[in-house]
Amino acid sequence: MLLSMEHLRKEYPNGKIAVDDFNLEVDRGEFIAFIGTSGSGKTTTMRMINRMLNQTSGTIKINGKDISKMDPVKLRRSIGYVIQNTGLMPHMTIQENIEMVPKLLGWSKEKREEQAHKMIALAQLPDEMLQRYPGELSGGQQQRIGVVRALAADQELILMDEPFGALDPITRESLQDLVKHLQRDLGKTFIFVTHDMDEALNLSTKVVIMSQGKQVQVDTPENILRHPANEFVTNLIGEERLIRAQPNILTVSQIMLTNPAAITPDKTLEDAIEQMHERRVDTLLVTDKDNVLQGFVDLDDINRIADAHTPVSRFTQDRVFYVKANALIGDTVDRILKKGVKNVPVVDEDKHLVGIVTRTALVDIVYDALHGAPDANEKPASPINADIHAAATREGGEMPQ
Amino acid sequence: MMHFLATYGTQLLSKTGQHLLISAAALGLGVIVAVPLGILLTRMKHGANLVMSLAGVLQTIPAMALLAMMIPIFGIGSTPAIVALFIYSLLPILRNTYLGMQGVSPTVRDAAKGMGMTWWQMMTQAEIPLAAPVIMSGIRLSATYVIAWATLASYIGAGGLGDFIFNGLNLYRSDLILGGSIPVILLALLVDYLLGKVERAVMPKPLR
Repeated sequence: MLLSMEHLRKEYPNGKIAVDDFNLEVDRGEFIAFIGTSGSGKTTTMRMINRMLNQTSGTIKINGKDISKMDPVKLRRSIGYVIQNTGLMPHMTIQENIEMVPKLLGWSKEKREEQAHKMIALAQLPDEMLQRYPGELSGGQQQRIGVVRALAADQELILMDEPFGALDPITRESLQDLVKHLQRDLGKTFIFVTHDMDEALNLSTKVVIMSQGKQVQVDTPENILRHPANEFVTNLIGEERLIRAQPNILTVSQIMLTNPAAITPDKTLEDAIEQMHERRVDTLLVTDKDNVLQGFVDLDDINRIADAHTPVSRFTQDRVFYVKANALIGDTVDRILKKGVKNVPVVDEDKHLVGIVTRTALVDIVYDALHGAPDANEKPASPINADIHAAATREGGEMPQ
Repeated sequence: MMHFLATYGTQLLSKTGQHLLISAAALGLGVIVAVPLGILLTRMKHGANLVMSLAGVLQTIPAMALLAMMIPIFGIGSTPAIVALFIYSLLPILRNTYLGMQGVSPTVRDAAKGMGMTWWQMMTQAEIPLAAPVIMSGIRLSATYVIAWATLASYIGAGGLGDFIFNGLNLYRSDLILGGSIPVILLALLVDYLLGKVERAVMPKPLR
């Protein structure tokens, strides 16, 4: 356990409770996103981790050590810190900026210089840029430096406060790739505050949704999309995003029809025709007495047989295409649609027939995912979302200097 | 002109020296007091306005009156003059220090602290270097004021180039008046120019 936060509470002298009973355990290599409306306490919580703010009660432990017993200056040097408007020192060169914490830690000049070259390479920027000043770089380049500066002293844990909020979408994406790479390949642990739900869902291994100082839901992005804890979370995620995420979170079992038309092999042609007529279908699935899928019979094949008492097993086609019930729709939909079949039997792990997926149901899902639900686009943006975007800037009330 | 220099040359030099000494002492004291005070004011929520208005009030006291007021306390000579000029130098330095420090972006401060700088390191490595040009321009402004007003110091026996001017006034000698005031003007211009150079030198490179 790299970081653990227990019963964290922050109350301001004016009685405002910014954070209430916050609990979180963070393993090495995780990517945690704090997301919530303005004033939800997400920035406050993050700032307590490097003691930019002190909690009213509760404990924060890093590697098992209670940080309230540590020297705040030493603590901060051991934690990377990235803020929205880069926080680069305008009067220092890029190199001096990168070397800041190593210098504070008393590294030798040679070691610092070596690290600066390593870090600028990590930021995927040219080495010559070390001699430039932050003002000469673009916003995206500056924030790249801001990110690698936070790693320059081999910090394990990096805190980021809306690091990409001020960047244009394309630059933001390339920076997201950078931090994702740092987390995945270097095993760094990130905790970042964001108001951008896409960013949170794409980058993080765990999302902490906060509202009015409390944790509303803490889970993986997949689980949050699959089971939003309440309406607040649903609104925060947004209807459209939920629909778009469907292929990746819905399983086949959730969209299948559970009462497929099936017949056992020992029945006769007569029985088959009768059942088809009754169910108004032109194919029947064939299952044995244990309900294990054997194949299917088609009306075309039946027409060629004269004897009404021929057993079904004689004209069963055993080359049947089926899908597993627990498969994700996103993974199977292409295969199903390309096969050109009208419908596909669904089986469980032991090949027992459990349902059937019709082409219509699939097409609906694909259509929704591509274009949003028919009415989702016309709805006005939910007030909560609007609020979050308005709060894109820092949370004013939360940070007394 | 040559005649004037031949007669009063040595005197002119020593008076100029005196003048500079008084001004430098007053300005030095002003910097020592006003810069830290200005920085301190930015750390206080209240009180900044009070201190600033107080300095503003001191600034409005007529120079002659302030000099005269010093006599009962410090007697005559250069001490009262230095104290009076020091009081004058406070406001521009104080105000510019305060504004300069206020002008340092909160992001920079947040980053500096968040990365693990001590209070002293934040001051010396981040905030003061960034505020330096503004602080320096306050000092420069004070310097020219002080040099000009140091002329009046001769009135309370502090010496300096004011001696020429007052003598000239008493004796209706325009050569003495000019002989005192021209060096004062040149001195003020020279110091202003030099401090302008310093101001540029302390300016962070990318901002020049």
